[in-house]
Amino acid sequence: MSAAPATNSARVSAEAAGEVLEVALAGRWHITETRPGWTAVLAGRSPRWVRVSVDQVEKWDSSLLLFLFEMQQWCRMAGAHCDTEALPEKLTALLAQLSRSHETSVPFDRTENFITAVGRATMEVWQKGSDISHFVGECTLSLVKLAQQPHKFRWRDCLHEMQQCGAMALPIVSLISFLVGLTLAYTGALVLRQYGGDIYVADLVGLSMVREMGALMTAIVLAGRTGAAFSAHLGNMKANEEIDALESLGISPVDFLVAPRLLALGLMMPLLSLYANCLGIAGGMTVAAMVLEISPTAYWVEMLTIVDLSDVASGLIKAVTFGAIVGLAGCLRGLQAERSAAGVGRAATSAVVTAIVFIIVADAIYAVIFDILGI
Amino acid sequence: MTAPRPPAAVEVEAVTCGYAGQVVLKDITFQVPPGEIFFIIGGSGCGKSTLLRHLIGIHQPTAGAVRFFGAPFNHADATTRRGLLKTFGVLYQSAALWSSLTLRENVALPLEEYTGLNKREIEEIATLKLAQVGLTGFEDYYPSEISGGMKKRAGLARALALDPAIVFLDEPSAGLDPITSRKLDDLVLEIREMFGTTLVVVSHELASIFSIADRVIMLDKQQQGIIAEGTPRELAAGSRDPRVTGFLYRGDRPPPA
Repeated sequence: MSAAPATNSARVSAEAAGEVLEVALAGRWHITETRPGWTAVLAGRSPRWVRVSVDQVEKWDSSLLLFLFEMQQWCRMAGAHCDTEALPEKLTALLAQLSRSHETSVPFDRTENFITAVGRATMEVWQKGSDISHFVGECTLSLVKLAQQPHKFRWRDCLHEMQQCGAMALPIVSLISFLVGLTLAYTGALVLRQYGGDIYVADLVGLSMVREMGALMTAIVLAGRTGAAFSAHLGNMKANEEIDALESLGISPVDFLVAPRLLALGLMMPLLSLYANCLGIAGGMTVAAMVLEISPTAYWVEMLTIVDLSDVASGLIKAVTFGAIVGLAGCLRGLQAERSAAGVGRAATSAVVTAIVFIIVADAIYAVIFDILGI
Repeated sequence: MTAPRPPAAVEVEAVTCGYAGQVVLKDITFQVPPGEIFFIIGGSGCGKSTLLRHLIGIHQPTAGAVRFFGAPFNHADATTRRGLLKTFGVLYQSAALWSSLTLRENVALPLEEYTGLNKREIEEIATLKLAQVGLTGFEDYYPSEISGGMKKRAGLARALALDPAIVFLDEPSAGLDPITSRKLDDLVLEIREMFGTTLVVVSHELASIFSIADRVIMLDKQQQGIIAEGTPRELAAGSRDPRVTGFLYRGDRPPPA
């Protein structure tokens, strides 16, 4: 739109006659354009009576209202009389509405005292713990029920999720695992070389990958990739009332949505973890061959002296647990999401954080258990 | 000497619109004079909302021109376009309030973007606009904390934030009970009365059409265009097109004259 000519812009002329200030407004008053301020019009004067006229105003909107409101407020503060009788009825009505909304608008206080905040936070933690326990229980019952009635299980959804969280995750799992193996080999070589024990890099990388890093790194990748996707998907379904529609039909969202995802992750995680182990070992082998001049055969033979099937099994047990954690965290946060775009975003973040925290905790618990059992 | 006719508030000339190479509507032409309450009506899927999205610039018409007060909108350069965006407000079907902002902040955002007002003044205007739609006391609520009807009213307050000369409303009554819907209609009339605003409403609510529309156009899916234009009474009483009478009488035969 072309700019309005200067002669049409909002303007004010004020003329003082004794204690009376005659204020005449003119031109076009529009909210998106600049307008005169009341303080400038006043120019230091302190009239006892202010009379305002808008006869010369060609067009007006909230901009004029703001000016008149500012003028009224000043008159009230200064104890001056504000004569608005010459204003058109519409303008007077809007001005009265603005004054009313100004007076009746009370800020909504969301603050709370420290004790209340602590109490509320404690109750929230308790509630969250209870929700997690309920959800885990519900999922277990659902899986048991579906094992008894496998025809009711949504195999197609499960296969789709297996493809999404398994096959589609291969590239990122490959890259991460290979690089982890590579990094472990370089770090190990730093120390082992000093004692002429270069060959033990094979043991270090093999054992670390198979027992720990293969499952852990895969779980962390899947927490970010699949866990977040689960929670965003379910959160969005909740916002669209799709979950309500399931419940109103008497279909359990856990049976329908959560169980196929849990089973898919539970099956794919150990496979991905085994794959990650192989790639990590290949990474270590690459460093050994290229930097430490250890042949792949020597590396492999040395690794087999320390890594046995019990190590592989311990890694797989962890992988299944981590997979369940990622699936449970993703689905739980998705089902708990608030019904808004921001709620879905928060659910995805929370799913990743919850999954990673519980994965680390579970890993520590397994370390203690395996130590006690001597595995 | 006669005074030159003022340009139409909304002028749509031979507009063709659609998505992904598929034509939804073609050769749409109509004019909305300033201060008119103009309804775009038609059955579900006939392209009412599509037309609206093309008018407000979310999608570009594949052919034709859209003008606001004589100024070309769809072919305008970025600066002119930004200037024209201030002349209209939009109430979306779902109200489309920003969920992370309170109602006051929702209404304040256009003011922050397009005016040089200070924070206090912006708050005054936002509070006033919310008061005008009957939401006094809810200024600091988030959209998730209010009902569907209140969301619609807050969306309208946001559309009115910059005192636009034109307001587009997409299915304002959708999902509302008859009383809330009636209140929204009254609000539309009040806005026109108070500010002389031009209102373009997409709707298929017969009650709204007959109570507040000055003029309507009816779109048809098969014809991909306008099949009727006039006042609601004219169309109900005078149209020989069974599609028009069928729509306006909800499939029943018109009552005998």
